[in-house]
Amino acid sequence: MPKTSSRWLGLLFQVGAVLLALLFTSIILLLVGAKPFQAYERIIYGAFSDMGHISDVLVVWVPLVLVSAGLLITYSTGLWNIGIEGQIALGAIFTVWAMRLLQDSSIPPVLIILVGFLAGMLGGALWAALAGALRVFGGVNEIFGGLGLNFVSTALTIWLIFGPWKRPGVGSMSGTVPFDTSLWLPMVGGSRLSLWSLGLGILGIVVVYFILQGTYFGLRLKAVGKNPRAAFLMGIPTSSYMMLAFILCGVFAGLAGAVQVTGVYHRLIPSISSGYGFLGMLVAMLVNYQAIGAPFVAFLFAALNIGSIQLPIDLKLDSTLSGVLQGALVLFVLLMDGVRRRVLHKK
Amino acid sequence: MKVELQQIDKHFGSVHANDHITMTIPAGTIQGILGENGAGKSTLMKILSGFIQADSGVIKLDGKKVVIHTPDQAIHHGIGMLHQDPLDFPPMRVVDNLVVGSPGGLVPNKKEAIAALKKLQERFGFQIDPDAYVETLTVGERQQLEILRLLWLGARVLILDEPTTGISASQRLKLFDTLRKLAADGMTVIFVSHKLEEVEVLCHRIAVFQRGRMVGEAKPPYVTTKLVEMMFGKAITLDERAPCATCDPVLKVEHLEVEDTRLHICDINLEVCRGEVIGLAGMEGSGQRMFLRTLAGLTRPVGGKVIVHDKTLTGKTYASFRKAGVTYVPASRLEEGLISGLSLTEHFILAREQKGFIINRDAAVKETEENIDQFFIRGKPETHVEALSGGNQQRALLALQRQDVDVLLIEHPTRGLDIESSIWIWSKLKARCQLGATIVFISSDLEELLHYSDRILVFFGGKVSEPLDAGTTTVDQLGQLIGGLGMKS
Repeated sequence: MPKTSSRWLGLLFQVGAVLLALLFTSIILLLVGAKPFQAYERIIYGAFSDMGHISDVLVVWVPLVLVSAGLLITYSTGLWNIGIEGQIALGAIFTVWAMRLLQDSSIPPVLIILVGFLAGMLGGALWAALAGALRVFGGVNEIFGGLGLNFVSTALTIWLIFGPWKRPGVGSMSGTVPFDTSLWLPMVGGSRLSLWSLGLGILGIVVVYFILQGTYFGLRLKAVGKNPRAAFLMGIPTSSYMMLAFILCGVFAGLAGAVQVTGVYHRLIPSISSGYGFLGMLVAMLVNYQAIGAPFVAFLFAALNIGSIQLPIDLKLDSTLSGVLQGALVLFVLLMDGVRRRVLHKK
Repeated sequence: MKVELQQIDKHFGSVHANDHITMTIPAGTIQGILGENGAGKSTLMKILSGFIQADSGVIKLDGKKVVIHTPDQAIHHGIGMLHQDPLDFPPMRVVDNLVVGSPGGLVPNKKEAIAALKKLQERFGFQIDPDAYVETLTVGERQQLEILRLLWLGARVLILDEPTTGISASQRLKLFDTLRKLAADGMTVIFVSHKLEEVEVLCHRIAVFQRGRMVGEAKPPYVTTKLVEMMFGKAITLDERAPCATCDPVLKVEHLEVEDTRLHICDINLEVCRGEVIGLAGMEGSGQRMFLRTLAGLTRPVGGKVIVHDKTLTGKTYASFRKAGVTYVPASRLEEGLISGLSLTEHFILAREQKGFIINRDAAVKETEENIDQFFIRGKPETHVEALSGGNQQRALLALQRQDVDVLLIEHPTRGLDIESSIWIWSKLKARCQLGATIVFISSDLEELLHYSDRILVFFGGKVSEPLDAGTTTVDQLGQLIGGLGMKS
């Protein structure tokens, strides 16, 4: 009985958090002289008005859900894998690298794309393993290590674009030379959406849900995350499990990078991760580390991202408003969670 | 300054740390406070010095009622506390340590502080360089610094919590001289210790604590046996025990040498037989935990050998010790033993052999239910462990230990449990011994040690006694050994 009542109370607080986030964003809008409801209406219009927009939302959803899936693993293990941005970038770099090596060979395009994906997974995993090794064996907090590695990955990307992989003539911020269309993931109709990447996104989150809910491996990860000392005394090799969590998360980040290359940009661009790593952290926090909610929240965030593109077109507002709303949502949900705990504790 | 404590009461959860304690300490007195760990000494001192607040009760200084909420207020009223581990800033200079806690303007007056320090040092014969870094000082010097700092801040009541742990014999003598001088000047000194010898030598009067209550007071001349009896309660009659006929050594320790920053223990030798129970006695922090952790491979010894089932495991990892059949059951249940946020079922899944890759939840729930029945755990398979009471957590922790484990290393198997639960837990442990398991456990409960061990090792001041036959040792003898009386030096 007390369990159900606290669950209802929790839901009530979550709804309250969403309302507060909307209120907060509305105040910001009023401050810049815009009409909040009109802005929200435009965002919804921009995200869902036609198939083109909806498919764009899904194009954003895929890497976001993959990244969130990976982060759920590290979060469950009690690790703040803030290096996720760099892991996406390294995934993209490895994918581009493998495909550049193979693009002029006689290997069938399908195989080249497949190798590209595998390389992307490897790249993400290696970069994550680096952050993991720094943490587990070097005692460097993964937040600092990851942050540092993010900078390195950005520098690496820029260097590749302007150095070894530059376009004929002068390198440019628009990235490397695009791949031949035969190396693009097949797309639906006239949209940018590939059913392959969509399938990959769904598969990714299902796999993570399954790992965390039903396997010994997932339960041990959670044990390490919740109490590493007790887990160690119970005989769980905590160091290995932390490393595995990093590497698995890196694989998912690398996949997201590979999707960006093969399905969206078809080349390496300077900000290939598009900030999905950090956005994925917000998603994971908002779902309170439960895999079941991740696809939905990721979808909401993707819709906000795409929908807000409509704002500068129709209202002369900056599209970063979606970021304000996303950030406010996370802050208020966390805040209300704290308030809820206080209220329950007092009782 | 005269200190009066009236009806001081403090609970920590279900633990009654201070049970309506009333005592009066006249000015110019060195008051000893004696008691075993967990008796409530430190709690009372922390209440007096503002680190924690009492649930109820009154503190009077020189007859005036005061309210103390923070250490800052305490020192304002003239109460200073010297903690067991010095609360200073090792990377900072002595003079900075002195001024950091002092009230004053934006820019501290270091010159004045150095002058005051010099004057105080002369008075007590201390020699600390004001420009030295605190990390270069010995523990004894840091203690002196702390005393000087408190005096400089105007302390007229000085509380010392186990001040002689980790300082040399000469520094101890100097400390005692200083305390006597301070008392002669009319200061009140409260000296908290579990070391009988020191309390007897130094204190003008002694209050004895046991399980949160003040059970008695004494004035010189002290009768040691009486103090021991007050500290630990009365002896109980022991059951007849059947001596082990033959010894099949399971665990061997040869010339083991362990150390941490405070302690160094040399040359521990022990041979534990199959089915035997070894108790480790001693005041907390005397090295018994370090020894037990070394037996589990959790701490690396400096020298010597640990042999389990004829395999030398010295320097190997905890995982190899586990493989050899050793398991470690920690005392802090929610910190090291169980995982908050996971259910009982999930604990049993983690603790048992992995079967395949995917968890069979139904089977796990069934096993958990069996264990709940068998170990009388008041909870359901889906109950999270942090929602269980202490006794149920302890029973769950024991239920989690695999049956194929044959060396159980247990810290405080029954700490915080009521008598009934304790007896029940030991019946389970003894049953495992009958099946061939070997147990080494730490306890601060003398009756538990004497009643359930076959042999006992006593740890005191960096030394370990020869194994005592528990059947022929009395509570008094054990209590005196723990207090350091009669230990071979």
